[in-house]
This record gives sequence, C-alpha cells and structure tokens, in this order.
Amino acid sequence: MLQMIAPLVVNGLANAALIFFVSVGLTLVFSVLRILNIAHGSFYSIGAYVGVIFVMWVGSAGLSPYLTYPALLLAAALVAALFGPLMERTLLRWTYGKSESIQILVTFAVFLILEDVQQLVFGVQAYYESTPMRLLGMTEIAGIPYPNYQLALIGAAVAVVIGLRLLLRHTRFGKLITAVVADAEVSQALGINKNLVFTVAFTLGTFLAALGGALATPTSGVSPGLGAETIVLAFAVATIGGLGQIEGAAVAAVIVGLAHVVAIFYFPAFQTVVPYIVMLAVLLIRPYGLFETAKVRRI
Amino acid sequence: MQIVLLLALVAVLAILPVVVPWLIFSLTLALASGFAALGVGLLLRAGLITIGQALFFACGAYAVAFLQRDLGIEGLLLLLIAATAITALAGVIVGSFMVRYRGIFFAMLNLAAAMVFYALLSKLYGITGGTDGISVHSPTVLGMVFDRDTFSGVLYYGALALALLIGYGVYRYTQSPMGKALSAVHANEIRLSYLGISVRGVLLASYTLSAALAGLGGSIAAIVIGRVLPHMSYWTESGALLVMAVIGGAGGVAGPFVGSFFVTLIHAAASSYGIDLWNLVTGIALLIVIFFLPEGLYGLGSRLLNRRKQP
Repeated sequence: MLQMIAPLVVNGLANAALIFFVSVGLTLVFSVLRILNIAHGSFYSIGAYVGVIFVMWVGSAGLSPYLTYPALLLAAALVAALFGPLMERTLLRWTYGKSESIQILVTFAVFLILEDVQQLVFGVQAYYESTPMRLLGMTEIAGIPYPNYQLALIGAAVAVVIGLRLLLRHTRFGKLITAVVADAEVSQALGINKNLVFTVAFTLGTFLAALGGALATPTSGVSPGLGAETIVLAFAVATIGGLGQIEGAAVAAVIVGLAHVVAIFYFPAFQTVVPYIVMLAVLLIRPYGLFETAKVRRI
Repeated sequence: MQIVLLLALVAVLAILPVVVPWLIFSLTLALASGFAALGVGLLLRAGLITIGQALFFACGAYAVAFLQRDLGIEGLLLLLIAATAITALAGVIVGSFMVRYRGIFFAMLNLAAAMVFYALLSKLYGITGGTDGISVHSPTVLGMVFDRDTFSGVLYYGALALALLIGYGVYRYTQSPMGKALSAVHANEIRLSYLGISVRGVLLASYTLSAALAGLGGSIAAIVIGRVLPHMSYWTESGALLVMAVIGGAGGVAGPFVGSFFVTLIHAAASSYGIDLWNLVTGIALLIVIFFLPEGLYGLGSRLLNRRKQP
C-alpha cells in the first residue's frame, strides 16, 4: 500500500509546490489591489526563460555549478524589479476604481503583448537545463528514488507560506498592507503612502510568479505557451482556496497537485482537465472558494 | 447619421470581393467571427467578460462536422440552423451554471470550460479525430450544387445578408425591455431584482443568445475553412473574439463586426508579410481603445460623422 501511495504523495506535493508559488502571487496581488492580473502567467514564463538563461550562463562561464541557485533567485528578482513597478505604475494605476471589466481587459492586453514579446526575445524553441536538479542527487523513499531538488521545492514552498504570514502579520510593512486593504482612504489620511504599498505588493506578487517559473525550469524546462497554461491553472488554484487567501492557496495547491498526479496515474489523457474539474466542483458548493466568505453587496 | 455609416460599411463589404477576389476567404471568416464577437458584445453590455466564447464557436463548427459526417445532412440551411440550435442548447446548459458568477469568476470559468472542451476535442481521437480534426465538404444550397468559386460567393453574400438580418434582430433585442434589463445588470443588479425582474433569467437568455450567435459563426467558419480543428476552442480564439468586440465597440450591434474585420484583416496582412506579431498588435490596439476610445472604432466613426454635421 505504501509502495503505491508514497510516489503519488511525493510527486503530488512537488507539483503542488510549483503551482503554489504562482497562485500565491496572484492571490496576494488580488488581496491588495483587487485586480486579478491575467498577465501573471507571463511573469511566470518570463521568470522561467530568464532563469534558464542565467543557469546556462553560469555553466558556460565555468563558474561553480552551485552558483546556479543564486542565479535562479537573481533571475526572479530581476524580472520582478523590471516588470512589477513598470506595469503597476504605468498601466494599472489608471484602472483603480474603474469597473472590473476594464481591469480584466487591461491585464489581458498586457498578457497578449507579453506573449509576443517573449517569442521575439526568446524565440520559439524550448529551453531545458537540469544542472540544478542533478546537482542535489537523489533520495530513496519507500524504495523509489526521488530528486532531492523536488523535495527542496516542497520545503521552499512551506518557507514561503510561513514567510508571507510573518511578513503580513508581524512586520510594519505587513500592517501597512493590512491597513490599506481595510480602508485605503483612511490609511492615506493617516499618512500611509498607498501608491508605494500597491507597487511593492504588486512587485512581490510578480517576484513569486517569476520565482515559481525559475524554480520550475530545472524539472520541466520552458517553451512557448507556458504563460497561458499557467495563468489558468493559477487562477483555478487561487479560486479554489478563495481569492485573496494565502493559506487557502497553499491548501488548494496541495489538493490540485495531488489530484493532478492521481489523474496522471489513472487517466493520463485528461490530466490537463483535472484542476478545472476540481475548481468547478468547489465553486458549485462554495461559490467564493474554500476559505473565502460571501461579502455583503451594497445597493 | 448612424444609418449612413452602416449603409456605407455594407456597400464596401458588398463591393470588396468583386474588386479583390482573393480576399473573399478572409472576409467570410471575418463575418463568421463577427457573429461570435457580437455574442461577446452582448454579454459585455451586462458587464460580463467572457474569455471562453470559442467554446461555442467550436461547438457550432463541430456540430456541422458531425451532422455532415454521421447523419449525412447536406443542405447548407439545415446545417446552419441545426448547428445553431445545438449550440444554443449547449449555451442553456453551460449558462445555467455560469450566470451565478460575475466579474473575474465569470471570465475565468468560461475560460476553464473552453479549455476543458479543447482538451476533450483533442483527446477523444475516436470521435473528434483528435488534432487532425474532421474535414467538412461544401454543402448543397437549396438542393443545388455549386463549384468552389460560386459557392464561396454564395456563402459570403449569404453570410452578409444574414449578418444584416440577425444584426437587426439583436438590435431590436437590445432595445426591448429584456435588453434594457441586460444593461441594467451592469448598472445595478440588486435594484433590478427589487423591480421584480429575474436577473438570472435575463442573463441566461442573453448567454444562450450569445452562445447561439457563436454557434452560427462557428458553423459558417467550419464550412468556409473546410475543416474543424480543436484549435477553434483554444484560448487564443476566445481572446481574439473578446478583442474584436472591445476594439469594434460593444455598445452597438455593428461594432463587433467592425472589430472582427479590423482584427481579421490585420491578421491576414501580418501573416502575408511573414511576421507573426498579431498578439502584440492587438494587445496594443486593445490598450489604446480601452484608455482613449471607450466606444470602440465604430463609436469613433459615428462620433466623427456627427461632429462634421454639427460644428
């Protein structure tokens, strides 16, 4: 029995860790800006491209292969620093307070633009470089060898959940975010720089997406079309958890990750459909997701 | 003034294939997409954005392929009517689930449904032919068999006439109490239900109409292209339909058609130069329209005409 379940669980959790990075960024941005950023998936794939190129560069420059890990982090930070403030300051700020349909259309337009920009910059070929994964070796669990890299990913995801919780609940900046989310007008009257909070929160979300992409490349590589798949999956996970709920995204990522792996084992043809079926089932029972409650609508 | 602009547009569309015969394929396809984009525009009136309209576009297209392959139906009119009816039925079923949601939930759930349909179309090889699709041959028109060139002409002018007819019908719908209620959903949904109007019913009716329009467009597209492919249900297709509706202007009935011609012709021009920056161009056009032309291209056109008349 353990022989059967162990690989499902480990693979499922490793899968969940990768999904988690991108959906927690999406949900974080939504909870602060109240905008669901459709271009979020593009940040994931751009992070993946830049990450894989940095890793290749470390390899070709003859540096220590252990430098590939900081290279992945650096790639995500660069992507976030470039795209986060740019998109928030030049485009999204004009949509605050406008109807939700305008916000959706604006982020969708950015998504379309970024899809072609990626093809222009990185071409249409797939990139794959597994040095960071091979470097860590394998561990045997219940008689089956696993790459340590995947286990480390699970650890990194747990660290992000705890880190975000600490950041939001126990730091000055976290309190500023909470204040702005609760009432932007009053917090501005109290002298909180709302624009700065928005920009930093958006950039942090972008960083998490790019980090997810960069960390995923050693296991799965990157190819065109990744951004679209990712945003739909990330949205499904964020919705299952309840939009704006960080722990909810973590639980939902585990559910979807496990369901995904079970589907790969038993119904391989329909593995891509599984997250949506889970999402549809959850939304039928709880229309706002597992951890979000209904809001009173004002007349 | 609106009517002058509209007549001028129709006249251009009627003459264009005579002047530039090789355009007829793209033009018919643009009309087909225009029907689906009109459906997107209808839902936009209620403030609902769908990134999954390609689901019904593909549904109409595959309905034509199945009707022709498995039931041996050859008549063009029968194929179009039956495919539209089947898609409308699918619209009622999917819609009864979707109309519970608003905003981003509505947008992304429609996207998810279209992605599921795409996966089914490409994986169920035995039924749908997988990624190879199913080929569709030219049907007969009222019992007559035409050669390829005549048939494409008949199809184009038939679709153009249909666009006028259905466009007028949809216009009347938007002016009816039910159509007004649809825009009221966007303005204030709760007040609408206080007036004793069923928001659910209003939205479901529009969702079904929107699906039927997309099904009609998809069935025309299947016949023009001569093959149905799973790609018709892919998110890029849904995205294109949304872009058409917004760029053309969702406020009126002609807007989505203007948008579909604009987008289809850009696409044709871009691919004939061998550069594929279609997403980039449409994305930028979309941003420009959102920020500077809230009524879309058609709104811009009619505003310019009005300004000239009243200085």
